[in-house]
Amino acid sequence: MHVPDGFLDAPTSVVTGVVAAGGVAVALRKARGELDDRTAPMAGLVAAFIFAGQMINFPVGAGTSGHLLGGALAAVLVGPWTGALCLSVVLLVQALFMADGGVTALGTNITLMGLVGCFAGYAVFRLVAAVLPRRTSSVAPAAAVGALVSVPVAAAVFTLLFAIGGTAPVDTGAVLTAMLGWHTVIGVGEAVVTGLVVASVVAARPDLVHGARHLVETRELEIRKAATT
Amino acid sequence: MGAGHGHRLFFHGHSAVHRAPAHLKILALVAFMLTVVATPRDWYPVFGGYLLVVVSVVLLSRVPVLYVVRRMVIEVPFVVFALLVPFIATGPRTEVLGVAVSEPGLLAAWGLLAKGTLGVMASLTLAATTEPTDVLVGLRRLHLPDLVVQIMGFMIRYLDVVTADLGRMMVSMRSRGMNPRSPRSWPTLARTLGALFIRSYERGERVHLAMLSRGYTGRLP
Repeated sequence: MHVPDGFLDAPTSVVTGVVAAGGVAVALRKARGELDDRTAPMAGLVAAFIFAGQMINFPVGAGTSGHLLGGALAAVLVGPWTGALCLSVVLLVQALFMADGGVTALGTNITLMGLVGCFAGYAVFRLVAAVLPRRTSSVAPAAAVGALVSVPVAAAVFTLLFAIGGTAPVDTGAVLTAMLGWHTVIGVGEAVVTGLVVASVVAARPDLVHGARHLVETRELEIRKAATT
Repeated sequence: MGAGHGHRLFFHGHSAVHRAPAHLKILALVAFMLTVVATPRDWYPVFGGYLLVVVSVVLLSRVPVLYVVRRMVIEVPFVVFALLVPFIATGPRTEVLGVAVSEPGLLAAWGLLAKGTLGVMASLTLAATTEPTDVLVGLRRLHLPDLVVQIMGFMIRYLDVVTADLGRMMVSMRSRGMNPRSPRSWPTLARTLGALFIRSYERGERVHLAMLSRGYTGRLP
């Protein structure tokens, strides 16, 4: 889904670059609030994890495979600001070291996958989590729904950018239908994987999951008496 | 940890392109690509000139041209899309090899392919001639926020450690009979990712404590 150079015209690329820079600047300040002076090593390791996670290919069938985008996953695991920051760094590294996604489209990619992907996913996650019972077992389904929605939302924002600054004369309605249809399918895969990953982390270390932390903290310390027989 | 000798795309060399300061190379890449993207796509000779610029930089760097060309496969999914554009685009139709395609779509496909290919080639040239640590120094010189550069540094430094961790997990699962090609392995793969997250997070905590014990105050020297 990495947008290459020349896909959107120069003005749109510059504007999304400014939006991305602003978003990353805010994310930097907020991430310090989420992680304090641990920010650099923790965010670096989480970014490396996201990168490695994107390398795992999930078999889809018929010989094709897809991989995780990770926006909603990162937002639920480490919080939306740190998640957006980590994804932005991943995209920066991919653009500079792997030629994956154009340098001039970096702002677009960060805006779409970093900011929109993380925050759309996290917002839906919070909404669903508020409806579901307050248990750690409802964190994973909520994260799955967040992931399901985040992918088509990012695709819709991309279509909007394409309508404004696209360089190909394709009917916007057709692009929207194609993008939404295709990315809903991708979103289902993303949702299953995100849900399963979050469930496995919640089962082992719920205290590490940002989206489950408030549930862990409310557990009262209880002193149980030894069973007398 | 034997990692850290350049990344996968780096091609060791001693040319003028390798020696050039990284911040100048990054600036040149961004300026060049902005120019390419802003160029109207029907200025055909200009794109020839751009191609000449990229190829001469590649030749100057003495990175084998085939080395760059082979790594351009990253562009393939995008090429497929660009080739579809003439068929789905609107506008008057024209005949190419007996198939009716959209005329502006054809022009758009050419523009997408030309600009995208130039972008991939130019980025690959930067990646092939610049070591990761130099890129970090260059980004710091360009006044990228210090924290972003630090995060990038940690990511690059531990990327091979984390991916090797994942590789070991995959090997041990395969040796126990998991078939990664079957969709039935989704839950297993997802639990692997969960375990990888916990391991990476805990590694981050250990790294942070190790840095604190060596006097880290929030800034790298």
